[in-house]
Amino acid sequence: MSTPILRAAKVTRSFGPTPALRGADLRVDAGEVLAVMGPSGSGKSTLLHCLAGILRPDSGEVWFADQRLDRLSERDRTRLRRREFGFVFQFGQLVPELPAAANVALPLLLAGERRRDAYRSAAGLLDRLGLAGLAARRPGELSGGQAQRVAVARALVARPRVIFADEPTGSLDSLSGEAVLDLLVDAAREQGTTVVVVTHEARVAAYADREVVVRDGVVTSLAATS
Amino acid sequence: MANVPTALLGLLEPQPSHGYELKREYDTLFGQDRPLPFGQVYSTLGRLERDGQVVVEGAEPGAGPERKRYAITDAGVRRLEEWLREPEPPHPHLQTVLFVKVMLALLSGRSAAAFLDVQRAAHLQRMRELTAIRKAGPLSRIVLADYELFHLEADLRWIDLTAARLDQLAEEYGR
Repeated sequence: MSTPILRAAKVTRSFGPTPALRGADLRVDAGEVLAVMGPSGSGKSTLLHCLAGILRPDSGEVWFADQRLDRLSERDRTRLRRREFGFVFQFGQLVPELPAAANVALPLLLAGERRRDAYRSAAGLLDRLGLAGLAARRPGELSGGQAQRVAVARALVARPRVIFADEPTGSLDSLSGEAVLDLLVDAAREQGTTVVVVTHEARVAAYADREVVVRDGVVTSLAATS
Repeated sequence: MANVPTALLGLLEPQPSHGYELKREYDTLFGQDRPLPFGQVYSTLGRLERDGQVVVEGAEPGAGPERKRYAITDAGVRRLEEWLREPEPPHPHLQTVLFVKVMLALLSGRSAAAFLDVQRAAHLQRMRELTAIRKAGPLSRIVLADYELFHLEADLRWIDLTAARLDQLAEEYGR
C-alpha cells in the first residue's frame, strides 16, 4: 500500500462538553479526490479542520506525508498550511478591496514570493482556467459562481499538495456549482493535487474518486460495490 | 409488485401464517394504494412452495388454499437474506422497493443500516458514472444524465433521512 498523504488515527476533538470527533480514522492517498459526507453536526468539518492543521485534536494523530501535524506548533502549522495546502470555503474568502488577480496572487505573496512573479503566476493561472476576463474585477463585481472560481484559482496558485474544500458549492445554483467543481477537480487532477471535499450533497460527492461518511464523529467507509 | 414473493417470505419468517393473514399484513405495511389481490397471494405462495422456499405446515379441515398454514424453509430464508443484502440497481423511481427492504429488514431483525449503506454506495457509484458521462457527452446526453442524477440524489436524501430514523423505526417495527 502506498504511503498516504493524509492520515488521521483515533482523532477526538470536543467543543466544550460537545464531542465532535470520537475516534476518527482516515487515510487519503496522494492525488486522490475524496468526498467526506455526513449530516450536519456529524463532525465532517471538524475532521477537515484537523486534517488541515487548523484545529489541533484533543487526542489521536494527524499526519501529513511523514510529518505529525498535531505535534507542530501553531506557527509551524500556519507555515505548513501556507506552503502545502489550499482552501476553498463556502463564502467570503476573497478580499473585497482587491481585484481577482491580486486575490489569486495573495497566497504567493504571503509565502514570500516577489510581487511581480506572484502577479505573473496569478495571471497565467487565471488564463489557463479560462478566467482571464475576470482578472481586473473586484469580488463585488463577480457573480457567486465567478467569485468561487476565482477562489479555486487562489487555492491552486501555490501548487499545493492538498486542497481542502468545505461545501464549495453550498451557496451556488446547480449550473454555477458544476462549473466550480469541474474547474477544481480537473485542475487538481492535472497538477496531481489531492482534494478533500466536505459536502452533504451527493452530486458534489459524485465528482470524487471515493467517499467516506462521518456519523457521530466516526468515519465510515462505504462498501465498494461494482 | 416485483418483490411480492420476497415480501411474503419476510412476513412469514417470524412465524408461520395463513394466506389471508399475510395479505392483511402486507396491505397494512406496503399495499396502501394497491392492496394485494387474494389470487396473487395464493399463486405466489404456490410458486414459493414449488420452489421449496415455503412448506405447508398444517391445514385446517376442509378444502382450498385458505386453510393452509405456510412456513418458511431454510431455502426461503436464504433467498430473503440474499435479496436484503443486495443493493438494487440504481435507477430513478426505486422508492417502493427500497422502502420494502428497509421494513422487511427491521421486521426480521436484520440490519436495515447495512442495507442502506450498500444502497448508498451503489447510488453514489452510479452518480459517479453519470458525472463522468456529463463531462464528455453531447448536450442532449448531459441533460438526460442530469435527470437521472437529480432523481438518484432524491433517493439518497430519502436514504439519509431513513438512516437517521432507524432507531425510531426499530422501536416501532423491529423484532
